[in-house]
Amino acid sequence: MNTRKTFRMDGRTIPFEDGQSIIDAALAAGEYIPHLCHNPEFTPHGSCRVCTVDVDGRMVSACTQPAAEGQQVVNNSDPVNHYRRRLLQMLFVEGNHVCPGCEKSGACQLQAVAYYTGMLAPHFTHFFPRREVDASHPDTVIDFNRCILCELCVRASRDVDGKNVFSISGRGIQSRLIINSNTGRLGDSDYDRADKAASVCPVGAILPKHQGYEVPIGERLYDQRPISVVGDVAQAKQGDNGDG
Amino acid sequence: MADKIRIATAPLAGCFGCHMSLLDIDERLLDLIEVAEFDCSPLNDFKRVGSADIGLIEGGVANTENVETLRDFRRHCRILVAVGACAVNGGIPAMRNQFDLRDCLEESYVNGIGVENPMIPNDPEIPLLLDKVHPIHEVVKIDYFLPGCPPSADSIWTFLTELIEGRPVSFPYTQIHYD
Ligand code: SF4
Repeated sequence: MNTRKTFRMDGRTIPFEDGQSIIDAALAAGEYIPHLCHNPEFTPHGSCRVCTVDVDGRMVSACTQPAAEGQQVVNNSDPVNHYRRRLLQMLFVEGNHVCPGCEKSGACQLQAVAYYTGMLAPHFTHFFPRREVDASHPDTVIDFNRCILCELCVRASRDVDGKNVFSISGRGIQSRLIINSNTGRLGDSDYDRADKAASVCPVGAILPKHQGYEVPIGERLYDQRPISVVGDVAQAKQGDNGDG
Repeated sequence: MADKIRIATAPLAGCFGCHMSLLDIDERLLDLIEVAEFDCSPLNDFKRVGSADIGLIEGGVANTENVETLRDFRRHCRILVAVGACAVNGGIPAMRNQFDLRDCLEESYVNGIGVENPMIPNDPEIPLLLDKVHPIHEVVKIDYFLPGCPPSADSIWTFLTELIEGRPVSFPYTQIHYD
């Protein structure tokens, strides 16, 4: 029971417990695997695919793939990061991500993961979709232009807040975030700024009002150091360092 | 000495901030002109691009003149570089893509606060606006991208020196930002 099972990732031995995903085992060992829709506090979703790793020659998402004894995982390699960059570029052109005009800039995970993978340009043709901004709630604004459909707010509102304020509607390119209220507006829903859902958005889609630039641009979480160092891996590193 | 590297620069739909950032390399400009000289650029006011090794484009493509300038640069520059957020992805000017062009013009020239003599300008000298603002890689092939609003003087310097010295271009973490 107590012999620790392990897999190998980028030359390191990573211990894991039965049922743990590759990403959670790596995180516990202080190894960063890029991710957007994953947050260790919630059930894995597997939608953004940014955590894709090469496991014994197959590309799989590390947040939904259970760790298994003896797996050979490639995480931080040029081909894997190239693949991630393409996914990120698709996310950028599908929405309207205008970093110079966004309050979340510098603290945005989409931007930070793009920096980490060395993305310099969007590569693809922009969609420039027309989407709404919902400022109806007194404490929070929702800018649908920036939503990457990670469903973290959906999961937080459903599983932690017990409210089901958010949901994804439509399929494929028509998918969009909707709000559960009779007008479809946030201000008319059960949402409250103390909700878990208020603080999980990895991008600038769900934003608190009245505090936009309290932390100046240039002094934000990912402005000076990469997400691989200061992101959720930083908290995990304070625990067991687990080198094998 | 060997021929100097020729650099041309052009502002399209931008705010001139990227050109200001280029000037922000300050006294390193003296090092730059040891190895390079400027072809057409708003800095020397030469109007048409001759033939250049490096073309630096600031701004996205918002009107017919932008298209013409950009194509002209592509024809005459060996290496074409998208400098800054607007060239890279349309930037702030592309936020007008959320609206119909007519609505933008009417807001500015007909219904806007304080407008006198309301009319949409239609002098034939004025370049026609495109329906949408586009990043420049959607119009011509681009060889390098330098993001930032604007890219800092340090990142412009890193880019130019590494490119001119023929080294692979790579930046320290703090020199790449999209804002
Ligand atoms: S609003 Fe934010 S948290 Fe919710 S789905 Fe969109 S990106 Fe994810």
